[in-house]
Amino acid sequence: MKKMILSLLLISSITLNAQNEKYTQIMGSTLKAFDEAKTSAELTALAAKFERIGDAEKTEWLPYYYAAMIKARLSMMEAANKDQTADEATVIIGKAEALSSNNSEIYCVKSMIATAKMLVDPMNRWQQYGAESAKNLAAAKAADTTNPRPYVLEANALKNTPENFGGGCKTAKPIAEKAIALFTNSQPVNSLYPDWGKEMVESIIKDCK
Amino acid sequence: MKNYFIITLVILAASAKAQVKISGRVTDNKKHPVIGASITLKDTYDGGVTDSAGNYSFTSLEKGEYQLEARSMNYQAAIQIVQLSKENLVINFQLKEVLNELTAVTITAGAFEASDRKRAAAVLNNLDIVTVGGANADVTSAIKTLPGAQQVGEQEGLFVRGGAGYETKQFIDGSLVNNPFGTSVPDIASRGRYPSSLFKGTIFSTGGYSAVYGQALSSVLILESIDLPQQSEATVSLSTVFAGGGFQHLAKNNRSSFGVNAGYTNLAAYFNIVKQKPDYFKMPSFYNGDANARFKTKKGMVKYYTNFTKGVLGLRRGNINDHSLKNAIDLDNTNWYHNLSWRETLKNGWKMQLSSSFSTNKDLINQQVQNSDNKPVSTGLIYIDSTNFKLNRLEQLTQAKAVFEKKLPGVNAVRFGAEHWYNNTHTIVNQYDILLKDHLTSVFAETDIHLTNDWAIKSGARLEYSSILEKANISPRISMAYKTGPQSQLSAAYGTFYQKPENNILQYTTQLGFTKSTHYLINWQKTTTAQVFRTEIFYKKYNNLVKTYPTFNTDGDGYAQGWEIFWRDKKSIKNLDYWVSYSFLDTKRDFLRYPGQLQPTFAAKHTASLVTKKFIMKWKTGFNFTYTFATGRPYYFMQENNGKIEIKDQGKTISYNNLGFSANYVPSAGNPNAKRHFILVASVTNLLNSKQVFGYNYNHNGSYKEAINPPAQRFIFLGCFITWGLNRTDEIINNNL
Repeated sequence: MKKMILSLLLISSITLNAQNEKYTQIMGSTLKAFDEAKTSAELTALAAKFERIGDAEKTEWLPYYYAAMIKARLSMMEAANKDQTADEATVIIGKAEALSSNNSEIYCVKSMIATAKMLVDPMNRWQQYGAESAKNLAAAKAADTTNPRPYVLEANALKNTPENFGGGCKTAKPIAEKAIALFTNSQPVNSLYPDWGKEMVESIIKDCK
Repeated sequence: MKNYFIITLVILAASAKAQVKISGRVTDNKKHPVIGASITLKDTYDGGVTDSAGNYSFTSLEKGEYQLEARSMNYQAAIQIVQLSKENLVINFQLKEVLNELTAVTITAGAFEASDRKRAAAVLNNLDIVTVGGANADVTSAIKTLPGAQQVGEQEGLFVRGGAGYETKQFIDGSLVNNPFGTSVPDIASRGRYPSSLFKGTIFSTGGYSAVYGQALSSVLILESIDLPQQSEATVSLSTVFAGGGFQHLAKNNRSSFGVNAGYTNLAAYFNIVKQKPDYFKMPSFYNGDANARFKTKKGMVKYYTNFTKGVLGLRRGNINDHSLKNAIDLDNTNWYHNLSWRETLKNGWKMQLSSSFSTNKDLINQQVQNSDNKPVSTGLIYIDSTNFKLNRLEQLTQAKAVFEKKLPGVNAVRFGAEHWYNNTHTIVNQYDILLKDHLTSVFAETDIHLTNDWAIKSGARLEYSSILEKANISPRISMAYKTGPQSQLSAAYGTFYQKPENNILQYTTQLGFTKSTHYLINWQKTTTAQVFRTEIFYKKYNNLVKTYPTFNTDGDGYAQGWEIFWRDKKSIKNLDYWVSYSFLDTKRDFLRYPGQLQPTFAAKHTASLVTKKFIMKWKTGFNFTYTFATGRPYYFMQENNGKIEIKDQGKTISYNNLGFSANYVPSAGNPNAKRHFILVASVTNLLNSKQVFGYNYNHNGSYKEAINPPAQRFIFLGCFITWGLNRTDEIINNNL
């Protein structure tokens, strides 16, 4: 009997491990595909895949995080359905937030989504979504002072803002340098965690020499 | 133990080989492909996304019974149970559309919406109105650049589609505004009383409007005041004609605010430099003060606004019957307006909007025939002496309105409510003392029904009873919209509209009925974020218009028909935003003293406007030009002869041309850290010095006529606005980018 229970326990722990491994494996391969993805069709498929992983796992915020981030990028890239894609991203990041609150990385994606919404019609939406984007960046910085990504997004936004509007290299470069400093001291929690952004700020610093 | 492990591995390996392909097509209920729909084998990682033809395909290693889900934004998700074994599966889905406020069609027939909300119907935003070149930030002047409105320069008001100025009514937060413009003297238009910065949304309806609004034959201008300011701020304004200051205080918790503004306008200095045609013996001057308090409730907002104005002016012009004499007119106006409104979202999909207002307006107007020494004279000639008058008029309007709305499934809604206006006008003119009191009660109801996201119908009715006329009317209204493409739609509207005769008629007799108009209109609109094209055709029938000859009656009638085009484009020319409107109007009416149906003096056949806006960042300056053109309007000399009115003389004025210009210099443009903001504005009307004739005045027997011109060819304005606190400059720039 004892043996029986023990073996049952063992089996269940093995299946658990297998499940975990399966998750890590699929996330790893999907992230790799994400790194290599170029077309919007590929990205759309990847966002859907991340969302499916999230739905299947039920307790992991990372798949939703990536799904929402890709949708935000798609909204900025694509010519059509920009609003709808950004709205889909909002729904997905909401699922991530339900699993992990006050998460610096999630705030970053929320800021990206707000920026995507703004870019649909900057003239009329600047006030509402510009403020929302900035609010989320501030929350991202506060939630984790060591996270370089809010600074990556800020530096990138400033770089793309004309000098006359308080943007340009002059204001973008110090923020990019701050991000670099944070990158040198930070280590992603594991291989699935976000670690993007370093190349982006490096190129800003290079451009702003 | 080992055995179990091996067995597991074997099962896994075995299943790895038996891969099943699942494919299919996802369509909507019209059999159109749904692109980008996500297909998920629930509780697994497997799934796919539909391509541009709505097809999907993926493989799975899973075995057994699973749920296969298809979902896409704006559609209801669908689930089918699938058995996965060895065979490949073909599973098709048909998704049902979800009715959605953002994607559902909005009825645009007749309505021009300017608001900051992202609405399909909005073709302008509120800043567009403020920055129309030459409009001097006057809401009505800016609205006149939209199709449907006439270029009437000698009177204030919006003359829409063959309707007179008094046939357009203005509403602020749901309440009628009794005196939206300053009291004016004949042939010189006055400005609107309320600053454009007070409003966040404007709907200019040129016909077919909702049953929630009544007592306007032609048009309604619906203004919605701002909620809370974004930040506490103080402002100082200085200009060639005006000095003022004020502040807004926003509570720390962002839930309430209050503010006060005060100003003084005096045209003495300006009129000394820029000569005016009339001889002003009392320079136009106005004291103005306003105050507001606003607070957020649980799920709504309470707003109070009050505005006080006291103004005087006096001028002399030549007497048309005897050139050695003058007509001196002086005017003293006091106006106090209050508006209190409360909107709240209640439980179970109910919404409530309560509004009330009280306004009191006192006019003292004195007209006197004077000799060359500016002394009163009596000539003994009735047609001269009868133009002397003394008028003392007090007008008060008290009103309350309640509108309830219940959201129904989908984006459908039912709306109903009631309103009561109590109008009390006491006029003493010369020896006559006239008291007019009217209780006007209205009830109304309407429903919004969306048959699909692409097809909406709004139908309603309004019932009114006026105590002074002792008559009631009922007016049905119906409008609908159909989406003809992702960015285009067709709308149509029909409705009947009633309006009681004006007080200046009712003071002679109250034995009259409601005047009536019936509108039919069809509108097609295509909108992208940077471009708007709309065109509308309309037919309008007038019945029961007021006649003043041979007796006062409501036997007049008429019609108006025409078509209009509006085109706005923010992208074709870099950094230039422009719009063009054109209106064709064919209208005739038999009213007042007209001997039959005639084209009224306020209606031009062709009207066109071109509005351009450009902000040059290098100079931190915006340049706005507005060109308006209208063909000549008719004028008549009518005289009674043997119990009949005859047209003794008539003609058409020269066509109207006006190039308006304004420039805004914003030195702190783009500096997000500036604490103080400075805006310099220069504006001029009729830059090209075109001759403008609004009509003609005749002497008593029609042997002599005199053109009605503006008091000066141009109006030039220079002003600076300084704001501490909120950065408004970005608003201006972003609007002009």
